[in-house]
Amino acid sequence: MKEKTVDIKNLSVKSASRLILKNISLKARRGALLAVIGPAGSGKTTLLKAANRMIEFEDGLESSGEINLNEKSIYGMDLSELRRKIGIVFSVPTPLPLTIYENLAFGPKLHGSVNREVLADKIERRLKAGYLWDEVKDRLAEPASNLSGGQQQRLCLARTLMLEPEILLLDEPTSGLDPVSTAKIEAALTEIKKDMAIIFVTNNVKQASRFSDETAFLLLGELIEYGTTHNIFTAPANKKTEDYITGRFG
Amino acid sequence: MIGRIFITLTGLASLIIVLFVLVILANIAHHGLGTLSWEFISSAPAHGMTAGGIFPAIFGTILLVLLMTIAVIPLGVMTAVYLSEYAPKRSALVSLIRLAIQNLAGVPSIVFGLFGLGFFIQFAGVGLDKFFFNSQIVFGQPAIIWAALTLALLTLPTVVVSTEEAIRIIPDSHREVAYSLGATRLQVVREIIIPQAIGGILTGGILAVSRGAGEVAPILFTGAAYFLPALPTKLNDQFMELGYHVYVMATQSPDVEATKPILYGTVLVLLLLTFSLNFTAIWIRSRIRKKMRALR
Repeated sequence: MKEKTVDIKNLSVKSASRLILKNISLKARRGALLAVIGPAGSGKTTLLKAANRMIEFEDGLESSGEINLNEKSIYGMDLSELRRKIGIVFSVPTPLPLTIYENLAFGPKLHGSVNREVLADKIERRLKAGYLWDEVKDRLAEPASNLSGGQQQRLCLARTLMLEPEILLLDEPTSGLDPVSTAKIEAALTEIKKDMAIIFVTNNVKQASRFSDETAFLLLGELIEYGTTHNIFTAPANKKTEDYITGRFG
Repeated sequence: MIGRIFITLTGLASLIIVLFVLVILANIAHHGLGTLSWEFISSAPAHGMTAGGIFPAIFGTILLVLLMTIAVIPLGVMTAVYLSEYAPKRSALVSLIRLAIQNLAGVPSIVFGLFGLGFFIQFAGVGLDKFFFNSQIVFGQPAIIWAALTLALLTLPTVVVSTEEAIRIIPDSHREVAYSLGATRLQVVREIIIPQAIGGILTGGILAVSRGAGEVAPILFTGAAYFLPALPTKLNDQFMELGYHVYVMATQSPDVEATKPILYGTVLVLLLLTFSLNFTAIWIRSRIRKKMRALR
């Protein structure tokens, strides 16, 4: 099926001083949540940024290899359109200095659709998908900065979902959050993956084993092991994987 | 002991500043308030500046500052946006532009006046006349547009620097979020940079306005007139201006004693005008800041 898949083939990224990613091949598709695990500095964030070409803002990074969205190269696509289709949520909650409503309307306005009723309806659905609706439905005109960190992160998730992406990238989205917010985001993602492919970067091994379908283990820029989460966590083929998931390093 | 003397001295130094401001204001208010009346503000000078009011000068000053603002804000903001958002970081070009802006800020205002005469009037104005008006003198003469542009050049560094300062404190993460939602560069500038920098832009505008309203040297050769029977209605008209009016009355009055109260009144009006322009702008800025802070 060529719908809603992202296919990374032989991706390498190097900076002036070192190779950040070495020949990575991964595939994410709708319905299966792919967790990328690995210690800090493994290139997990770089991998995500390569997929929606945010990497191009960083000076001196060179990438090679292929990345295809629905079997079409992302390098031939319009950047704005690419980033609409491949959404990302960053590790630090980043509400824009606007109201909750304006944060959610920000993306659609960039892409030109501003019909108030359509927008209001979409905002409600996306906030529900982000498990935030009940907490903010009466506060949409409030500054987004009034929300707690966990709420802000769910707002960021909803804001990304507003554009109806086909691929959702998440860069350690729960790393600074309380358990309740973390649980809500995990629950949200379990629902959302029915509609889009998800790549979820985390350095929390338990989290990966808890709710992902496939797992990729990155170490110092190399893809050590890649397979179903069940296999990786019950019968890792590589000694390094076993050491990492059992907490011997990282 | 030495510590105490030092504290006393620093206190005294600060007090002297306050004292001088008060003396200046009190002196002007004392001599000027008697002259101040609706009549004075709303009528034109008469009998070689020894009678009548200063309305044309007030009108000219406001129009001049307005035209200057219209010119300097877009130019300054665009420069700042270019420097902080578009220009390659740490390039020779950026260093050169920065150096030029810093030097521009250090040029004496009379030099701006001469530059305005040479560049705007002799070069641009005469050039326009040659190409569009069959060498009739239309723009190739002192005019309010040239004076306003000269002042805009003088105040450009202020606007660029304060806008840049404001842009610098916008977190990169805001830009990243916008790009990640598919924003183009232009959209990032329009939706993220300008709205968040608006406080700094206004600060630059305020400083530019209060500086521009008080400068005489740059408009000396570029458009200010000793006396005009009519108000300026076209961009190439000459104009009267409060600061220049003060200079004229102080140096070229036929009757010093008769001019004196008018002179004081004019200075008072100039001060009040600058202050109220300042306060209005500060008030607008603080309202915007309050709104921004609530969102942050």
